[in-house]
Amino acid sequence: MIPGDTDAFVGWGNNNATRAVHRRPRNTKEIAALLEGSSMCIARGLGRAYGDAAQCAGGTVIDCTGLSEILAFDGSSGVVRVEAGCSLDQLSRYSVSRGWFVPVTPGTAFVTIGGAVAADVHGKNHHREGSIAGYIEELCLVTPDGPRIVGPDRDPELFWATCGGMGLTGVITEVALRLMPIATSYLSVDTDRARDLDACMEMLASGDERYRYSVAWIDAGTRGRALGRAVITRGDHARVEALAGTQRSIPLTYNPVQRLSVPFTPPVSMVNALTLPVFNSLWYHRAPKHRTDEIQTMSAFFYPLDMLRDWNRLYGPRGFTQYQMVVPFGQEHVVRYTIERLQEASCPSTLGVLKRFGAGDPAPLSFPMPGWTLALDIPLGSPSLAVALDDCDRHVAGAGGRVYLAKDGRMRPELMREMYPRIDQFLETCHRTDPDGLFVSDLSRRIGLTPTTPTQRKGMKP
Amino acid sequence: MNDVTGMPQTAVVIGGGSDIALATLRLLAKRRLRAVVLLGRSAEALNEAAEQLRGAGVEEVTTEIFDVNDFSHASEVAEETVARLGTVDLVLVAAGFLGDASLEVIDPESVAHMIATNFTGPAAAMTAFSQRLLRQGFGRIVVLSSVAGVRVRRSNFVYGSAKAGLDGFAQGLDDALVKTGLSVMIVRPGFVHSKMTLGLKAAPMSTTPEAVAGAIVKGLESGASVVWAPSSLMWVFGILVHLPRRLWRLVPG
Ligand SMILES: Cc1cc2nc3c(=O)[nH]c(=O)nc-3n(C[C@H](O)[C@H](O)[C@H](O)COP(=O)(O)OP(=O)(O)OC[C@H]3O[C@@H](n4cnc5c(N)ncnc54)[C@H](O)[C@@H]3O)c2cc1C
Repeated sequence: MIPGDTDAFVGWGNNNATRAVHRRPRNTKEIAALLEGSSMCIARGLGRAYGDAAQCAGGTVIDCTGLSEILAFDGSSGVVRVEAGCSLDQLSRYSVSRGWFVPVTPGTAFVTIGGAVAADVHGKNHHREGSIAGYIEELCLVTPDGPRIVGPDRDPELFWATCGGMGLTGVITEVALRLMPIATSYLSVDTDRARDLDACMEMLASGDERYRYSVAWIDAGTRGRALGRAVITRGDHARVEALAGTQRSIPLTYNPVQRLSVPFTPPVSMVNALTLPVFNSLWYHRAPKHRTDEIQTMSAFFYPLDMLRDWNRLYGPRGFTQYQMVVPFGQEHVVRYTIERLQEASCPSTLGVLKRFGAGDPAPLSFPMPGWTLALDIPLGSPSLAVALDDCDRHVAGAGGRVYLAKDGRMRPELMREMYPRIDQFLETCHRTDPDGLFVSDLSRRIGLTPTTPTQRKGMKP
Repeated sequence: MNDVTGMPQTAVVIGGGSDIALATLRLLAKRRLRAVVLLGRSAEALNEAAEQLRGAGVEEVTTEIFDVNDFSHASEVAEETVARLGTVDLVLVAAGFLGDASLEVIDPESVAHMIATNFTGPAAAMTAFSQRLLRQGFGRIVVLSSVAGVRVRRSNFVYGSAKAGLDGFAQGLDDALVKTGLSVMIVRPGFVHSKMTLGLKAAPMSTTPEAVAGAIVKGLESGASVVWAPSSLMWVFGILVHLPRRLWRLVPG
């Protein structure tokens, strides 16, 4: 056994467990000391990456949830200085009542700030407001020769490599993030039903600019004419005047409770070819054809899945994966191909998410680019899935698109360079700050970002 | 590293000349497999297998003479192999040999040898590799058992009993490895047409190395702990194990 306290780690997809020494430092100094004593390690937040990004088999996993303080908040500029292990949930509980909200949020509040930066996360507002890197003033990064402060104006190369860099540039310990002012903690939401994929894309393309937040939940299981039918929800933070009753008297509140949980992993996946069509159909027909200005809470709008704790257990012991890709505008056919290819392989998928991205950022490993992004949750275990996803990869790369590393557990390593053409720039930056290749994850080894053998690592060149 | 669909990038074969192992690696080469170490007794068989794997697109193939009966070297070989590959995603234990088992031809030495090659040797090698893999924190061990070990038959009871031992060992090892990141998958093929069975009379529901390889890959994808090849043998043997001995010993061949 590896010496020290080891644990088996998995991603949100609940599979491919690997064992590593588990350390939970409390401050930057402890992290620096840890780096000194390890031969390979990776930072971990709340483990919401679906695959193996926050795992380091045979090495050390640096659990950052022990650094979770909100250090300072400037109520006039909205800049908050937080430790990297602070979750978005914790931050919102602090900031929303003061009239501020994170400028970019993923579909769950249970991610850490460090994890959000390391994946350069995007939200439903990406088409207008980009990903989270754009709102960072500066951050503290611990590298093998100690802590450094980096930002868009301070060692920008290392800053941008860290945003979206999946922990491979070092351990983020503090982030200064510009929050966004909000008048209420409610959203005013418009809902529309689209009868098929073309209609859905058309509605998104023509209407998105009117909304701060926009997303389409698509039924990826239905074949034929209704393929890709969707429920589109779009909205913005509600104004106080739009509220009534108690909501109006207390317009800023954030205190969601998780009433339900999945207490154990069932022996087989509850998400399967029998349950999915029923669920997808119920969900589609329950949605209104067209509804405007519905008032929703932030948690209902941004984090609907968070209401059911440990919902990933529903996928049974084999777990699941998410395939999230983006293809440039003009390559819509790849979105259709992906849905059809998975249907052909009889791989059921729950509700998919389809959304339009706006401009990308200078981060070399950042996922978003202008175009269409599709995300599908798929149970593992089907023998036709791996090949089907490989086919999808080829089409996505061929169209100039890419898959999202924070969701990935299986991409074709040889396509990495095609999908992320700025990879050499990224590797050069890593090499500069971490010449011995200390930062290694299961993901980085699997997709060939870092070599697997220690001897190779020593002499690693980009 | 293994991916979420269970596909390995690096593999070690113990018994690298095995037809089933070779067929399995060829299938895996179409997916993610890029580096292989073949361990076995016969340089000739290893080189031939290595050639075929290179042809199938595996970038890095190395061979190394290793006899599973050479217990004292097992740990050293495991150490060297892991060092060479960096990380070992899959260990395929395919060593074994099917000898003649009629009471007239066996002798104490041949029995001991057959059991060593089919059980003690592979078990020792699995021990060496699982201990080494515990340090890397993950890995999948696939072991070729046989239906012959599920219920031992008169006609090949030496081989069958050795496989029964190996099968039990593998189950116990898998249980011992829970939560370590390592796991064992047991493969129980029926009669396989291969080098090993050349010239023998085929049993009913016989299969081919390619078909067994297909079942193994499917097992890796589904995360199975036991794979039968063909899969229908699971039901057949589910019944056969309950057959009274008086009847079972009448089963010919
Ligand atoms: C239900 C659900 C919905 C999601 N929706 C979205 C979405 O809409 N948009 C989106 O972009 N993503 C989305 N995600 C993905 C998620 O936002 C990212 O995977 C995020 O990185 C998870 O953060 P974490 O704290 O759980 O990090 P982990 O999963 O623990 O780690 C993820 C990566 O971040 C690195 N990391 C973590 N902490 C640090 C640190 N302190 N310093 C350096 N590196 C670090 C790790 O090394 C790893 O590479 C979703 C995930 C789930 C489960």
